[in-house]
Amino acid sequence: MSAAIDPITLAVLAGRMEQIADEMDATLFRAAFNPIIAEAHDASHGLYHAVTGDTLVQGKAGLPIFVGVMSFAVKAVIDKAAEAGDLADGDIYIFNDAHMGGTHLSDMRLVRPYFRDGKLFCYLASVGHWHDVGGAVPGNYNPSATEAFQEAFILPPVKLVRAGVLQQDIVDILLRNTRLPQSAQGDLNGQLGALDLGVRRLDELLDDYGTDTVRAALDALQDRAEALMRAELSGLPDGRWEATDYLDNDGITDTALPIRVALEIAGDRMVLDFAGTAPVTAGPVNIARPTAVATAYVAIKHIFPDLPANAGVMRPIEVRVPEGSLLAAEFPAPVGGYTETILRMIDVIFSAAAQAAPDRVVANAYGTINALSIAGKRANGQRWVMFSFYGGGHGGSSESDGLNHGNAPISTATIPPMEILEAAYPVMFRQWALRPDSAGAGAHRGGLGAVYEIELLEEKAEAFLFGERGRFAPQGVAGGAPAAKNVFHYEQADGWHSPPLASKMLGIKLQKGQAVRLETPGGGGYGAPADRAPEAVARDVALGYLTPEAATEAYGPAWQEVRP
Amino acid sequence: MSRMIGVDVGGTFTDVFVLDEETGAASVAKVPTTRPDQSGGFLDGIARQVDDLSGVDVVVHGTTAGTNALLERKGARIGVITTAGLRDVLEMRRRDRPRTWGLRGDFDPVVPRDLRLEVPERTLADGTVRTPVDLEAVRAAAQTLLDRGCAAVAILFANAYANPENEARAVEAVRAIWPNPHVSASSEILPEIREFERFSTAALNAYLQPEVSGYLDRLDAALTKGGFGGEFLIVQSNGGVMGTDTACRLPVRTALSGPAAGVIAAGHIARSAGFDNVITGDMGGTSFDVALIAGGRSQLAPQTAIDFGMVVRTPMIEITTIGAGGGSIAWVDKGGLLNIGPESAGSTPGPVAYGQGNTRPTVTDANVVLGRIDPDKPIGGKLARLDVDAAARAIDTHVGAPLGLTTLEAAEAILTVANSRMAGAIRLVSIERGFDPKRFAFMPFGGGGALHAGAMLREVGIGRAIVPRYPGVTSAMGCVIADMRQDFVQTVNSLTAGLDTDALRDVMQRHVDEGLALLDAARSRFEAREVLFELDMAYVGQTHTVAVPLPVPVTDGRVAAPSVAGIEAAFDATYRATYGRLLKAGTRRVMNLRTAVIGRRPKFDLATLAPEGGSLEAARTGSRQVHFAGEWHETAIYDRLSLPVGAEIRGPAILVQPDTTVLVDPGLVGRVDRFGNTILTPEGA
Repeated sequence: MSAAIDPITLAVLAGRMEQIADEMDATLFRAAFNPIIAEAHDASHGLYHAVTGDTLVQGKAGLPIFVGVMSFAVKAVIDKAAEAGDLADGDIYIFNDAHMGGTHLSDMRLVRPYFRDGKLFCYLASVGHWHDVGGAVPGNYNPSATEAFQEAFILPPVKLVRAGVLQQDIVDILLRNTRLPQSAQGDLNGQLGALDLGVRRLDELLDDYGTDTVRAALDALQDRAEALMRAELSGLPDGRWEATDYLDNDGITDTALPIRVALEIAGDRMVLDFAGTAPVTAGPVNIARPTAVATAYVAIKHIFPDLPANAGVMRPIEVRVPEGSLLAAEFPAPVGGYTETILRMIDVIFSAAAQAAPDRVVANAYGTINALSIAGKRANGQRWVMFSFYGGGHGGSSESDGLNHGNAPISTATIPPMEILEAAYPVMFRQWALRPDSAGAGAHRGGLGAVYEIELLEEKAEAFLFGERGRFAPQGVAGGAPAAKNVFHYEQADGWHSPPLASKMLGIKLQKGQAVRLETPGGGGYGAPADRAPEAVARDVALGYLTPEAATEAYGPAWQEVRP
Repeated sequence: MSRMIGVDVGGTFTDVFVLDEETGAASVAKVPTTRPDQSGGFLDGIARQVDDLSGVDVVVHGTTAGTNALLERKGARIGVITTAGLRDVLEMRRRDRPRTWGLRGDFDPVVPRDLRLEVPERTLADGTVRTPVDLEAVRAAAQTLLDRGCAAVAILFANAYANPENEARAVEAVRAIWPNPHVSASSEILPEIREFERFSTAALNAYLQPEVSGYLDRLDAALTKGGFGGEFLIVQSNGGVMGTDTACRLPVRTALSGPAAGVIAAGHIARSAGFDNVITGDMGGTSFDVALIAGGRSQLAPQTAIDFGMVVRTPMIEITTIGAGGGSIAWVDKGGLLNIGPESAGSTPGPVAYGQGNTRPTVTDANVVLGRIDPDKPIGGKLARLDVDAAARAIDTHVGAPLGLTTLEAAEAILTVANSRMAGAIRLVSIERGFDPKRFAFMPFGGGGALHAGAMLREVGIGRAIVPRYPGVTSAMGCVIADMRQDFVQTVNSLTAGLDTDALRDVMQRHVDEGLALLDAARSRFEAREVLFELDMAYVGQTHTVAVPLPVPVTDGRVAAPSVAGIEAAFDATYRATYGRLLKAGTRRVMNLRTAVIGRRPKFDLATLAPEGGSLEAARTGSRQVHFAGEWHETAIYDRLSLPVGAEIRGPAILVQPDTTVLVDPGLVGRVDRFGNTILTPEGA
């Protein structure tokens, strides 16, 4: 337990510390070179415990998945520094090793110890998704990687700055290992700037309130987050609920991979047990254990959105990740497709939790990031790579239908404008539209997925896709129906084809005038379709969200008798 | 006699500011806003001050008619005609979601899917017309939209920023058959790359056209009937005014009209008082709105979202809002942490002390319990007195008891947390723009801001606060002050190396010609005319652009040709100032040209508002107990408007005026400057 702290100071300090992290976020977003950070906000900053690495405070604007995973990055540095015994004021560590820090190798982590009066007070950290970190595929989504070495260069925690002195050797190594050194340099400067700002703000805060008070407040905020989580869990029924869903395949072998969870609530505690999940795979749909634990956190935060973003929330929750499963992959198993696997983890947690508390949980979202790149050479020999993620529908909820064309639950990234893509790359979108009949039926239906059809305007190019949900649809909850599956086609001289592995394929050769067509899943439905008002179904038909045939099949003929 | 009238219609009150240009005499009036038709309050407010409209030169209006129509979804039934394959862009947005956590909520665009019709046509990103527009299909689509009851239509074609030809042909065909003037093309409204932002702006503009032009026509007719023969102008979100004909054509530019006028006035007041760097804080019933003026210029944001998915892209004064207003509710969460807002009691039912049914304590209730607001003279004049006991009970029940605090401790806790959040907004707004807030003065306005000014100085480390003489009518005053301004944009999308500077000059010239023509058509007198050019530029590979001021002379309306070297040098200077360093061998790109054509209107001398004569003693109306930092203090009360120039008041003190209470905290000194502003500084500073 923490030392007593008066509730007013605590409330003020809670806001002040959260703001330090928010200001670090704002600093990097403003300074970052690459759009994945600057526009999609694929980055995060926070304050972490000096001994455990636990998340103390994290910025609100960063990517949701980082909220849980950063503490593992800090812990990796704590372990490394303890081994070497040379932690010094002014040090900054850098690394991208996903087996130590979670997520994937594109995420560059900077970790800086913060000293006060000669003693370690806490850590500050900055993570951001760099545009390119070497490896076999530009942008680093390599669906056929069988080792991390094929995904990117790998940097374990090393000192980028020693006691205030930048190690130019490290910078030189970094910049030689990326296809986009300018972008990397810009992002690195931005991250260093964010950490500098964090140190200055923390200095001011400790000057104003004193070390003991701030430490007491940090402890108290963890305790209160824990109390909030326990109160939430106590409000749910006790019991054990299970859910299983599947990944299509690992990108190498066409075998479905089960992701299974048993969710158990007993009083004010919860256990999430992933026993029964598929073993480590050859292809890159594995994730490291830190990623798995962090993903549980993301799912919990979506179910209880008002909880604070600190480690106290997870104290009453035990996450059991079986050894040898694809959720606990050891180095150097490839993890580049981690987004697909953690989306499926969130889906099964939702499906299990919905059995316990249907009003608290939304149906599955579209469940795949659909990393699609198209690359080629222009007539002048210049290389181009168009790389983007695509959207789909959100699940229905107790309150409303799901959102049409939303972003993934692990992200808040927006999609680049079509016109920006067409201006930058030799492509034309024949279609950028909602996908009719893609939503899961329900009392509140899911949101609609999308259709993107992209035509090549240059002589030739190659397309690469890393997606999922081609074989297993996003599920509804509380009696809601599943959504449509992911569908991908590519055009050749003899007509349209689809990949043998459904949503994953390398090196699709395109000629001028040929196109690829991606149809993304909608969200699952919420509640029984029979409970949807016929007027709402008729409106969906009138607006073309549903074809008449699909409407009658999902909801029966009653809609034909009413006006929308 | 020549007079100017500024009218700001807010959510609760309609404020009128009347300036006699010859004598410099100013008067103000505050009347309740009428809903749904705001023209009633508008005319009533003017009638309070002016009997005969024939002596009035200019009426300038800051309006929320457009904002309200957007927020309440009360615009017209409209349709869009768009490129085959792209009918859903408006509904798909930029693939975002309403809130980070929870995955709940959906979105209904203002144009339902069955009123978004596709036609064969396609322009590529380089401006090549790949498929000429099928005008038969366009005419058929327009007829369908008419048959379905649409009152306005927008033509939204892909890459129309690069070549507007297809849009222009389509809009011409539709205008030939559409029964009213509410027909527009996206390239007319915003010839800028990014289809969702352009389509959304054009569609929301069409959505507002029938509503806003009807409203302005009603006002215009009523003014004319009252004998008004002068010019009627509307404040835009960019802080400049436009004629009503422009406002009817581009109503989307009024989205932040009222708040923008307030910031314009704040800038003028601060500049007159000798401060070029000021952060404004407008505290209303539900929110605290922060804006930043650096070097005498308010910051402009390129776009805003009026609500989820409702993006308006047009230059607008950047205002950051947090949910910490007088009506924001204080509550203790299950983990024992005290929170303020975002839930608000607003002005109806309002704080517990208003006795109108709310039982949960608000920030205003804390101010009432601590004696900082006079319960016998509530602001606005609607209520006879405030219920202090009810406010105290609510604070006890919802904050004191759960936290183990006395009533007074709990009330102070509410203010401490609210002040901390407001200070946080000030810090973040300045940090995000790369400014140190300590180098700024703070200017509170709106009804409640001046109660919290001392706290902002303390929390943020700001040296002084400037409380304007009439903080409650700042927006109406801003209407009278604002310049006439037109903004233009054109996407260029070219590397500097291959930039066609002649073509660029032609676009600049077109913007200047159009802008100056609008100034010429206005009846206002301008002290000066000014043209500002800016280029949105970035290194290739970088999506965030920087706004690069481009110093190109305009002589007798003729724009000199810019040079590539000059553009590159301007970019380097701006980039270095923004990011500290340049990129070695980086390729530079010009994304957009932005032009502002400004007619400077004569500024009235704020000193005419200053008090004449008076004495400190005569202004003192009494004293009462006010609670600060754990103790009751006998606190002097002054009638603020009677304080003479040069008066100095040591805190604790309270300065009262009809629509505002100014708190001089212990340790602060309030000084009345020669304009009647009250400058708050720490004692001894």
